[in-house]
Amino acid sequence: MTETPNPLALVAELTHRCPLHCVYCSNPLNLAKRESELDTTAWARLLREAAALGALQVDFTGGEPLARPDLLDLVGAAREAGLYASLITSGLPLDEKRLDDLVAAGLDHLQLSFQGATTQSGQAFSGTTTHAQKLSVARWVRQRRIGFTLNFVIHRENLNELPEMIRLAEDLQPQRVEFAHVQYYGWALQNRARLLPTRDQLEESLRTIDEAKERLRGRIRVEYVVADYYGRFPKACMGGWGRKVLLIKPNGDVLPCHAADVLPGMKFENAAESSLRKIWYESDAFQKYRGDEWMREPCRTCDHRAQDFGGCRCQAFLLANDLTDADPVCSLSRHRPLVDEILAAVTAASQPSRSAPADWLYRQNPK
Amino acid sequence: MSSPDPESKPRLTPGCRLNDKSQPSRMLLMPERALRLNGPSLEIVERCDGQHSVREIIADLQKKYSKADPQKVESDILDYLARLHEQRALDFG
Repeated sequence: MTETPNPLALVAELTHRCPLHCVYCSNPLNLAKRESELDTTAWARLLREAAALGALQVDFTGGEPLARPDLLDLVGAAREAGLYASLITSGLPLDEKRLDDLVAAGLDHLQLSFQGATTQSGQAFSGTTTHAQKLSVARWVRQRRIGFTLNFVIHRENLNELPEMIRLAEDLQPQRVEFAHVQYYGWALQNRARLLPTRDQLEESLRTIDEAKERLRGRIRVEYVVADYYGRFPKACMGGWGRKVLLIKPNGDVLPCHAADVLPGMKFENAAESSLRKIWYESDAFQKYRGDEWMREPCRTCDHRAQDFGGCRCQAFLLANDLTDADPVCSLSRHRPLVDEILAAVTAASQPSRSAPADWLYRQNPK
Repeated sequence: MSSPDPESKPRLTPGCRLNDKSQPSRMLLMPERALRLNGPSLEIVERCDGQHSVREIIADLQKKYSKADPQKVESDILDYLARLHEQRALDFG
């Protein structure tokens, strides 16, 4: 087995508190309580440890990282540690002064989410009227010299707005825009029946995004996160289990991704009790799905395994209750018919004659 | 893209920067991406400071890599700058 590579990025899931209630949120249903959150000192140490391991970047995320009153200290600690610091945010609570302070402290990049192209659609999918605030944040970020990305999460009920989203991106002038199909974990999984696009919608979205990518080449970097249920092969989830990314939960548990705590029979180490180095290189959880040893057929001898690593373990469990099989979205998976059934239900549900869709489950805040 | 104006001065875009010299590998860091830099690519990126024109960067590196075919040095540099531009790592001022 080849040597374990060092992590390249740390995802710092600082809190599960959030002012929005997005229906596509991939945070777990059992949100971390505020009192369980790591404090500033603990995070500063973890940032140093991650950098010492070779991590180049930290994504401050959540929930909403701006909900942390000590975010300024955390960004400062990231800079001290020599990490490129990104803020993955809904844009509130934020004003110009706070943004200036964050930039001065070492913030390199801000990725701003939009839930729709308009106030109405934003409200429908986030449960909040925050669109105007986001437009202000976009303007402020453009006036500062940091990286700027727009993130649009796309799904059945807002794909009709894709051209308008692209126009919005052209107005707001980020360096980068990411169109991300919903990934089905946590709250998103609960709302999946309403979120999954039809095949026609998906194919049209690919054409629209490809056209925009070409047209905006050299102006805006257009990126795309696939709707993997519709793929032939699975996504290379996180770039492979324990290959590139380390994620730390609000309470200090260290995971290879944001969803892995759904997996049964896994014990994830806590950063308060062990060093990141030990956890990354030696813990059972991180070793469990590294390399090829754990794979069964078809993955074990599949040419694609070097590209997609057998797909997503969490999805193998959530869809087929089968942790060591191929990700069920794979055309070669014995469980692919499960996914086909889910997609067939989408086609049926999207017929005009159908009755009103089920209510959204809006993401709550931790109690 | 067509060739950049030789007098234009490439500059790294906001949010795109080199990592610290003290780290084991020199990297160009940008949103959700990191490019390893070595030898010529590092020499090019270090000169993308809004002060060096494309013409100057080419001349500098042709001098530095005097054993290499100067036309290849030029076309390699132009290719690399074009790729960085497409990734939005730099702008031609």
